[in-house]
Amino acid sequence: MSIHVKSMDVKDIIKKENLVYKKSPLMTDNVLSYCPGCGHGTVHNIIAEVIEELGIQSQTIAVAPVGCSVLAYEFVDIDWLQAAHGRAPAVATGLKRVMPDKYIFTYQGDGDLAAIGTGETIHACNRGEHITIIFINNGIYGMTGGQMAPTTLAGMVSSTSPYGRDVSTMGNPMKITELVAQLPGTYYVTRQAVHKPSNVRKTKRAIRKAFENQTLKKGVSLVEVVSNCNSGWKMSPVKSNKWMEENMFSFYPLGDIKVDGELVK
Amino acid sequence: MAKQRGAIVVDIERCKGCELCIEACPTSVLRMERKVNGKGYHFAYMEDPGECTGCINCAIVCPDGVISVYRVKVEA
Amino acid sequence: MKKELRLLKGNEAIAEAAIRAGADAYFGYPITPQSEVLEYLMMEKPEERTGMVVLQAESELGAINMVFGAAGAGRRVITSSSSPGISLFQEGISYIASAELPCVLVNVVRGGPGLGTIQPSQADYFQATKGGGHGDYHLLVLAPASVQEMADFVPLGFDLAFKYRNPVMILTDGLIGQMMEKVELFEQIPRATEFDQDWVATGKTPDRERNIITSLDLQAVQMEKRNLRLQEKYRKMQAEVRFEEIACEDAEYLIIAYGSSARVCQKTIQQARDKGIKAGLLRPVTLYPFPTKAIQVLTEKVKGILSVEMNAGQMVEDVRLAVNGKIPVEHYGRFGGMVHSPNEVLEALEEKIVKP
Repeated sequence: MSIHVKSMDVKDIIKKENLVYKKSPLMTDNVLSYCPGCGHGTVHNIIAEVIEELGIQSQTIAVAPVGCSVLAYEFVDIDWLQAAHGRAPAVATGLKRVMPDKYIFTYQGDGDLAAIGTGETIHACNRGEHITIIFINNGIYGMTGGQMAPTTLAGMVSSTSPYGRDVSTMGNPMKITELVAQLPGTYYVTRQAVHKPSNVRKTKRAIRKAFENQTLKKGVSLVEVVSNCNSGWKMSPVKSNKWMEENMFSFYPLGDIKVDGELVK
Repeated sequence: MAKQRGAIVVDIERCKGCELCIEACPTSVLRMERKVNGKGYHFAYMEDPGECTGCINCAIVCPDGVISVYRVKVEA
Repeated sequence: MKKELRLLKGNEAIAEAAIRAGADAYFGYPITPQSEVLEYLMMEKPEERTGMVVLQAESELGAINMVFGAAGAGRRVITSSSSPGISLFQEGISYIASAELPCVLVNVVRGGPGLGTIQPSQADYFQATKGGGHGDYHLLVLAPASVQEMADFVPLGFDLAFKYRNPVMILTDGLIGQMMEKVELFEQIPRATEFDQDWVATGKTPDRERNIITSLDLQAVQMEKRNLRLQEKYRKMQAEVRFEEIACEDAEYLIIAYGSSARVCQKTIQQARDKGIKAGLLRPVTLYPFPTKAIQVLTEKVKGILSVEMNAGQMVEDVRLAVNGKIPVEHYGRFGGMVHSPNEVLEALEEKIVKP
């Protein structure tokens, strides 16, 4: 039996009618500008899939940050604005206030959202803007070459903390996601990852929920994705994911932080 | 009893050789090709196609979306 | 709303005109001496009058980027601030100019630098007319000299902003912002209901490519192309030059002044003529584009020019460029929040231009 199944020719399987998965048609043909193994591409594709499945391409406007994903607009086939560093939540506020029934989301890294954009992030969350924030946290400034971010772990080596982050002089790593979850303006706050298939599936459910929440008009839905930066961390993609599991997840634990406006205990 | 057989197609020129698909494959079907593509990256291929179940794990963790997955049900 | 005669502060006139001009949104942050703009808007409930959105932002950085977002959706957006706040706007303005988004920005200038004073000033002339933020760009700059013009320049500003897809700045000061005058308000202009410009980010429909509002071109050759397109636009914008000539026909001496300073100088001209000095006044209404040609024409007729500004001498540089050394050009002005009197200007005119 199994011999019969296994001996089936691959050519007989690879036929149009047997296709069960390919990247979202809302992903453009542009080659992603990200490093090998970088989680950005995975999250882009998840967002594209969610927009496609919800049928909201014509109602979705995205805001790209400054950072590695500054060129996100090259990859997902929707309307985009490219914001100044950290200002995406303010830009999204402007969009949402004049188009309250459209789906507006920002896509931001940890340098963008948790350092220079702290004010915009906290106040958009505090006002309860009915937007979605996708927050990619890799604990480092990726695009500029691996400098220390507010999210960099204690002791973690970066190009501007070459002897490890000394919290006594460089400050402590910041859990901005837990911080904004305390604000009444946030409705859904969760932390996920995309390094393994099971995590990809969970992240997709989270992002889908974060988009669907916009119709409820109950405030910000924020999905943090803890991701690797293998170039910045100076590891292979596979090793960086292992390092992430062993080091990042203990400080940035995965799971829901706030659901339907209620903090998860 | 129905069994599933799968197969993948890798967009070789877009593969960046990160090997995340190999880690994700539950039946150890995939390996990295010793050859490199036009950009100099090793790329993934099915070393053991008979073991592929078409679970799509490799495709959904691929950051560059280079993997398409096909699947058939085979009667035992 | 019909045409209406009202007694309003300059700042209130800006706010009322924004509603009547069919603005879709105002985003702002309080700062003296322009807080009445946001206060008036909040009091008026424009959401009920026209559906216009008014939001107090967390900072000027927040406000200008909200403007960026709403302008990217093709909406008529306006914001206002005063000098220190306008400095914070500059990042956003540079992005807006590069992405070629229309919007109206109001600067009710106060004395600087730094926190400066809350009294009126014209010390932001360079910042407004030369760009202000990083990169090669220009705003189209309108300089009202009355509360009436504060109101009228709002719809004009929107028209010009959309005509050129360029930010327009109304450069006024704390004097006109706080002063009350009679103003004839124009009739309500209905808000647009369709935003079908081909560049707007309102959601990609199957009949078009996705729209990307960005100020970024990583390839230098592309960024040069964007810059060339901007420079071509600024060349076309020169056609929008506006100015007023007062008693220039027989003038032997010319005062050039805009906004509040021009009001002071109108009195100076009367005083000068009472003393037998034939003085005229050229009031630039647009500061960018600058009335260079009008100044060149007058250069052939007058003996000297005094540029009178509430700053240490900024517009005088543009006057000198226009005159190109043909006749004497001097600057006079009080600054740091001080406003010169007509007598002080007359004295300066005699000392610096008439006597030598």
